[in-house]
Amino acid sequence: MFDILKINLCSPLTLAFALGVFARIVKSELSLPRDLYTSLSIYLLFALGLKGGVELSHSSLSEFSGPAFVTIVLGIITPVTSYLVLRKLGRFSIADAAGIAAHYGSVSAVTFIAAQQFVTSAGSPAEGFMPTLLTLLEIPGIQIALAIGAFQMARSKAKSPTVSKADGSLEPVVSVTVSGRKTRELMHELLTSRSMILLVGGLVIGASVGDSGWAMVQPVFEGLFKGLLTIFLLEMGLAAGSRLGDLRHAGLFLLGFGIIMPIFHGTLGAYLGSLAGLSVGGCTVLGTMAASASYIAAPPAVRMTLPEANPTFYLTAALAITFPFNLIFGIPIYFAISKAFCS
Amino acid sequence: MKTTPLCLITIIAEAILKERIISVIRDSGSHGHTITDAQGEGSRQRRVGEIFGENFRMETIVSQEVADRILHVLSTDYFDRYAVIAYLSTVNVIRGEKYV
Repeated sequence: MFDILKINLCSPLTLAFALGVFARIVKSELSLPRDLYTSLSIYLLFALGLKGGVELSHSSLSEFSGPAFVTIVLGIITPVTSYLVLRKLGRFSIADAAGIAAHYGSVSAVTFIAAQQFVTSAGSPAEGFMPTLLTLLEIPGIQIALAIGAFQMARSKAKSPTVSKADGSLEPVVSVTVSGRKTRELMHELLTSRSMILLVGGLVIGASVGDSGWAMVQPVFEGLFKGLLTIFLLEMGLAAGSRLGDLRHAGLFLLGFGIIMPIFHGTLGAYLGSLAGLSVGGCTVLGTMAASASYIAAPPAVRMTLPEANPTFYLTAALAITFPFNLIFGIPIYFAISKAFCS
Repeated sequence: MKTTPLCLITIIAEAILKERIISVIRDSGSHGHTITDAQGEGSRQRRVGEIFGENFRMETIVSQEVADRILHVLSTDYFDRYAVIAYLSTVNVIRGEKYV
């Protein structure tokens, strides 16, 4: 276990992330241009989709259907367990609990890539269709958590429609509109988001062009991948480092939640993966996907639909607690758990 | 030169609302707008620009009637829940018919 942890700690990805955090702690003026961050995320998502599509063209439907089913099950379970823990044990407001649950129900593409790199270096590469599972897990978690939030808020509004203001007048507690139009708008935004277009588009292109097409673009999309990912991790470190101060406001419960919930979801993911017949590498990557918290697709969706939720909570939990935990400790832990399940 | 008094509405809001507020002003009858990036601090909460993008500042010149419609929608659907401010001023424009 310590050997695995050592390999992970000494990888350029983890060290670049640590450098980013360090730069923020010492208040360095280092910052990456926003356009570079956008460009790198476009490159990484598109490369992930293309490579995944090429690998998908080698997989048969029978080997893919079981893992796809358990991935959808995970997409339904993880937001619900997150919401219940935050609401019942953490006593978070409905909006905050649903907002955070949307992040934990969805998936972090960078954590996914880090897990793939890890299992490959550990000699147990994951199945080629894993990026397809990533796209399956990205949206349902967000949708389910937001639906729970909107439904619960509408119910609490119906129970206690007004509160007294200081001047004695009454005003509505919350103003949630769960109209069909807003749901449609949100679905449109999620399905046409940058990450979905690049991932799904990349998968389709990769699957259509196959190995010969891939050979033409491989130097850019595979040769440069790890180096550019390292720069992206530096940026992630800077972003996480700038939120460290918010850990004070997040509180001990959220700190514990950001570590224990991923271990629970990661174990569940690895277990379901082993039931679906995935290899050790595949179980590790699926576990990591279930354990990770989104910070690209979920934040704007939550901000738009549940603006009452405090962004400090969900961004700090996803970016400053769970992401570094998964990157440094989580992935090796899910690897060890997957080995136990698969043996 | 002949000028016409009209309403200039300035809206400063968080980035995620850009498309929705464009729809609001279009649906209310605005014929055009200008959008620029905006930076600063407000009363609502800490800025979270690095994830959601920078705020924007939108300006549109409209009739009093359209201005009232826009401000009504912003008041009912946006002011309570999102980081948005809006203000109205009177401007004297050349070719007033272009805006109404």
